[in-house]
Amino acid sequence: MKRFIGFIKKEFYHIFRDKRSLFILFGMPIAQILLFGFAITNEINNVDIAILDHSKDATTEEIINKISASKYFTIKQIIVREADIEAAFKKGKIKAVLNFEKDFSKNLIKEKKATIQIITDATDPNTANSITNYINAILQNYQQSKNKGIQIDYQIVPQTRMVYNPELKGVFMFVPGVMTIILMLVSAMMTSISITREKELGTMEILLVSPLKPFQVIIGKVVPYIFLSVVNASVIVLLSIFIFKMPVVGSLFLLGAESVLFIITSLALGILISTIAETQQAAMMISLMGLMLPVILLSGFIFPVSSMPIPLQIISNIIPAKWFIIIIKGIMLKGVGVTYVWKETVILIGMTLFFIGLSVKKYKIRLE
Amino acid sequence: MKKENVIEANQLTKTFGDFTAVNAISFEVKKGEIFGFLGANGAGKTTAMKMLIGISKPSSGTAKVAGFDVYSQTESIKKNIGYMSQKFALYDDLTVKENITFFGGIYGLSRKKIKEKRTQLISELGLENISNKLVGSLPLGWKQKLSFSVSLLHEPKIVFLDEPTGGVDPITRRHFWEMIYKAAHQGTTIFVTTHYMDEAEYCDRVSIMVEGKIEALDTPKKLKEQFKVESMNDVFLKLARNIE
Amino acid sequence: MSISLSNISKSYKKVKAVQNISFYVKPGELFGLIGPDGGGKTTIFRILTTLLIPDSGTATVAGFDVVKDYKAIRKSVGYMPGRFSLYQDLTVEENLTFFATIFGTTIEENYDLIEDIYVQIAPFKDRRAGKLSGGMKQKLALCCALIHKPKVLFLDEPTTGVDPVSRKEFWEMLKRLQKKGITILVSTPYMDEAALCDRIALIQDGEILDIDTPNAIVSKFPKTIYNVGANNMYKLIKALQHYEHLYSVFPFGEFVHYTDKRDSFEVVDLKSYLEKEGLTDIHIESTQANIEDAFMELAK
Repeated sequence: MKRFIGFIKKEFYHIFRDKRSLFILFGMPIAQILLFGFAITNEINNVDIAILDHSKDATTEEIINKISASKYFTIKQIIVREADIEAAFKKGKIKAVLNFEKDFSKNLIKEKKATIQIITDATDPNTANSITNYINAILQNYQQSKNKGIQIDYQIVPQTRMVYNPELKGVFMFVPGVMTIILMLVSAMMTSISITREKELGTMEILLVSPLKPFQVIIGKVVPYIFLSVVNASVIVLLSIFIFKMPVVGSLFLLGAESVLFIITSLALGILISTIAETQQAAMMISLMGLMLPVILLSGFIFPVSSMPIPLQIISNIIPAKWFIIIIKGIMLKGVGVTYVWKETVILIGMTLFFIGLSVKKYKIRLE
Repeated sequence: MKKENVIEANQLTKTFGDFTAVNAISFEVKKGEIFGFLGANGAGKTTAMKMLIGISKPSSGTAKVAGFDVYSQTESIKKNIGYMSQKFALYDDLTVKENITFFGGIYGLSRKKIKEKRTQLISELGLENISNKLVGSLPLGWKQKLSFSVSLLHEPKIVFLDEPTGGVDPITRRHFWEMIYKAAHQGTTIFVTTHYMDEAEYCDRVSIMVEGKIEALDTPKKLKEQFKVESMNDVFLKLARNIE
Repeated sequence: MSISLSNISKSYKKVKAVQNISFYVKPGELFGLIGPDGGGKTTIFRILTTLLIPDSGTATVAGFDVVKDYKAIRKSVGYMPGRFSLYQDLTVEENLTFFATIFGTTIEENYDLIEDIYVQIAPFKDRRAGKLSGGMKQKLALCCALIHKPKVLFLDEPTTGVDPVSRKEFWEMLKRLQKKGITILVSTPYMDEAALCDRIALIQDGEILDIDTPNAIVSKFPKTIYNVGANNMYKLIKALQHYEHLYSVFPFGEFVHYTDKRDSFEVVDLKSYLEKEGLTDIHIESTQANIEDAFMELAK
């Protein structure tokens, strides 16, 4: 046990003396959260839109008022003819045009359906997408408030986030994703780098030719990073709660437990990487290409899994981050308990056991 | 016959903040001479050499290399010197031929000249059968001989060799020195930096640097006589002891 | 025997690193593996320190088999790999404490063994290992390898890249350790260090050329060697290479080492030949063969 503590002490010396990794460890989570929170949000504010109202009746007026009352949109222009729509876009100010069909109220009452066409400037697809979502939400909201069972003809794709993020705050969406990325990065990349560094320095040779058992070396490498990752996860959650006023609806204990599980998954992946990579550089490349990219692209962090092509949807299932994001979104934003995320948790546990098993099997007690 | 000086250093100094890495060194090297520049790691050899090859500006003092000033004419210096070190020599993932062509190219040799030199070099080193093999697959000794030849491709006036024969087998090492003698005989000046004292025995004259200063400068024979010892290694040991 | 190897072979993919290596090291012996880089020295060290499994052959260290009993070997040997494998970001003291702890001991417990080495680096004990000079790194690495009082000490090229003063001190330290009963296997590419070992194995391209005491190896040299010098080294070598009675010629510092094919060699013959070739300041005298001469003769 004394050996083990000595080993962990040494790991902490490494971490606290390397300014660069210290920065990655603590600077990055904060920077990322703030960046995503303030700059790169999908949130929209005071977007200029135009209205083309063919009916000009009570319902359309109500809807228009509702939209213009929201802080998200400013009605900049009233268009009279369809032909002017393109001109409005071309000026560049207008990001969306709402086109109400003729006899909107009448249709709504008589045929139980009426159509609004939302035309958006898709040169910036993310904003366009957000605008559509926001307007959808407002319309739905209107519908609910009226509670008349109004059927609206166009395809509403109420994404879950609209429902569970009623204030339409983009930053809330990013917190689970950023947390996932950071835990992955800190745990997997830093562990694999710290193990390969010993290989490069040649100290791994000495550790191997010592009475330390391989599992002691691995656990010794991993323990400091579990600790640091937990600190990081807490920092992220606290930042979100206090700076972005994000309510964490679910149980903090469950959130913590699931995070520790995911941290262990990532550490197991880190160890696995270090058994393949011989140099720090290789470990970093594998971590970035093999872990970060899939997490960013396929986990549902930025692009919803449901809108991916089928093959990618299938591939996304093998990415641990996808399951973790589902779990923490559930806990943080929907406030669900373990009964709702047990399936994902079991999948994550299974993956973790698999990675640990694989890295134990691949870990070399010799140099080859 | 008095030969011209190709390197002249006068009170050459380099300081990094409070630390004086090279402390007012003065020496000259003649054309065709094999000059050993010795010292322990950290004695200031590398810093001094960097000033001579024009990649580090001296803090004070003057120096001329191949007739050019180390402050103002570094581009001309670079054109007139060759450089070979143990760390960086050739590209392992290029073939023998490709390496020669590449290095000929960066020194601005014409395509015809490169071809001519390449054929000559490959036959001199006896590499005909493996000229299309990757350099990485060659034994260390061959790599070093090849890289020395490549550093001579553009017929430089001076070649700087940084610990050229460390770790090579004794026979290859002799072959390597034969190549150095040949180049020197043809008028190329050889400037060898090393901390292996037995490499010093092969030089015409050696300087020994200790803590930034040149503490001894003469032929190996005279230094050995002066310190009444059998080898350059013992010269260094005595010198280090005297300084302490 | 403290160390014994019997017909050890090892290849990496297609490259044969060592072939049919057999030798033994007696308890308390200072044994040197002498040879150039790429000769297989490190492979032998790694097999003996249980880091590699040989393709064929058997080897034991301190009576334990290197494959079966690797755990026992790892407890009882000290190993200093080719590069000074220290934690650059830890101080001298932290490095030593760390290696003591992982071997389940403390600096105090075995201080007598490292004392005369450690006192030399003790003034710098709070300095990070990365900021030490080569000689001091080497001493610290040796302390780290000794801290658990190993029975057998493996030192892979401990003097490479170190200045002559530190090299000399290092060998003196090894001699003192040897007196304390530690068996030492050391490798080096420097032929001049061979004379400091009790027995040596000359190794090149994965094969052993000879094993014996340094004196015996030198005395086996079959020829008389002459130091030959002249005004122009290049011309001298060329001339000798064309001399009909030449056996071998190698540059050797300020002279060349020349050996003749004939038993009845006359210095005057060679001198007049060289004069005819246009050389002046000719100097010819017989000299003692050294390990390097022996190595070249065996490697031919």
